Amino acid sequence: MANKRIDEPTGTEFVGHEWDGIEELDTPMPRWWLWSLYATIVWGVIYVILYPAWPLVNKATEGVLGWSSRGELAEEMSVVDQARATVREELARIPIERLPENSELFGQAVAGGRSAFQVHCSQCHGSGAAGSQTLGYPNLNDDDWLWGGDIKAIEYTLVNGIRAPGVDDTRMSVMPPFEGAFDSDQLTAVTNHVLSLSGKATSTASGAQLYQDNCSVCHGPSGEGNRELGAPRLNDAIWLYGSSPEQLRTQILNPKMGRMPHWSGRLDPVTIKMLSAYVWSLGGGEEFVEVAEDPAVEVDEEP
Amino acid sequence: MGLATQHKKLEKNINLLAIFSFIAVSIGGIVEIAPLFWIDNTIEEVEGMRPYTPLEQAGRNIYVREGCYACHSQMIRPFRDEVERYGHYSLAAESMYDHPFQWGSKRTGPDLARVGGRYSDEWHVQHLEDPQSVVPESIMPKYSFLGETPLNTDNAFDMLVALRRVGVPYSDRDIGEAMADMILQADPDSGGDVEDFQQRYPKAQVRDFDGDPSKLTEMDALVAYLQMLGTLVDVDSAAAQERLAEEKGR
Repeated sequence: MANKRIDEPTGTEFVGHEWDGIEELDTPMPRWWLWSLYATIVWGVIYVILYPAWPLVNKATEGVLGWSSRGELAEEMSVVDQARATVREELARIPIERLPENSELFGQAVAGGRSAFQVHCSQCHGSGAAGSQTLGYPNLNDDDWLWGGDIKAIEYTLVNGIRAPGVDDTRMSVMPPFEGAFDSDQLTAVTNHVLSLSGKATSTASGAQLYQDNCSVCHGPSGEGNRELGAPRLNDAIWLYGSSPEQLRTQILNPKMGRMPHWSGRLDPVTIKMLSAYVWSLGGGEEFVEVAEDPAVEVDEEP
Repeated sequence: MGLATQHKKLEKNINLLAIFSFIAVSIGGIVEIAPLFWIDNTIEEVEGMRPYTPLEQAGRNIYVREGCYACHSQMIRPFRDEVERYGHYSLAAESMYDHPFQWGSKRTGPDLARVGGRYSDEWHVQHLEDPQSVVPESIMPKYSFLGETPLNTDNAFDMLVALRRVGVPYSDRDIGEAMADMILQADPDSGGDVEDFQQRYPKAQVRDFDGDPSKLTEMDALVAYLQMLGTLVDVDSAAAQERLAEEKGR
């Protein structure tokens, strides 16, 4: 340390290390680098003061801003909620069966329902709501409804689901398996009768008799179906599990029955209303016949 | 100058340097890692969390074995886009019985932390057998062999013993009944006591999951696991929400 020597050409101090005449210079850090280092230290100190930082005994220091990731989310969500508060309040207030009358609100509900449909429903019913005829997911664009196609019935299905496990009010019915009930001639006869309802085959007397005895209670004497029971209509061209005689036989012997999750609890009531409006608007929506009373408006208006 | 001279000693003595390096790294580790074991918001208690049933745990093992985690995370972060798509953000306690956990933010497929109850069992089976049949744009591989592979029930006992060793509170009874429980959950008619099972494992769903009641397959286990994910803790109940909203320091 005592003998500080300066390298003449560069004007820089020597460190004092020497190997075979080659010496090391003590070149200082570039200024910009050093100042960046000091700036990050200052920034670090400020950050520790403002934001949660040091973990202590029960929790970390909170920081003077009181920031938390959950709080930030809650704030962001409330800003979004406020932006659509009017629409949501109106939607919450209006009874679902009166919604189509209010064309502006209905339009907004359909738009909201469309985006919710893509997130929550498209996985089964398809992004265009066309369902799947082979996998058994109903097409929502047609006017063939298993459980009712007015807007209130659609909402009920969304809220409670279909054969949803553990839901008391879910739409429920069971088609019994007919495995072992028919011999192969009888099975052919009843299959042909079912196909004859939509003109795809010719029926026989025995087929008609078997149908009357076993099927007509739920599916109706002429295959018109029963929405109370979710029993599909058999006299049209729409088939959930295929219309070949082979597919029909499988369905008679060991029926597949569709399930749909219930969405209450998972989605809020307003989103469910929007989804109902969207599905109802797809083309097959039916009029709600029973006229509802005027909505009970909760008075919270200024005089 | 004094400090600099002292530091020179450190630089010249390799043993001293090793010791002090170790001390410096330890301080960093203690400050960053150790508090996670005691501060409240990493060990927050939530109602409803329970160890997985033997069938769910077997499904979970299949999930890990097949590398589902390479594309699917189980961690909904507190961001609006995630919360609106997947549901309430995940809580630390919801993965308290996960060994190993399935957190992550790298998603090729969607997050699965709350997939339970979103789809029917049948959909899950169709989707696992042939994902493109229900989601045409999906790039997920087919897992149809799961429905044909019988579930190995022999290791149910050992599986629970191993998990208890790392801290999952299975009772002696749970462990003793492990194999029976595994069979019972997928076949309520097998003669076991369903009520007793559900008392030990609240909210456990008991039914045939893969659409074929005659056999117990890996498909049963995986679907049972998926249908349970995110359904144990009622995060939307009022008390839970209040507590979470007040929480500071993270």
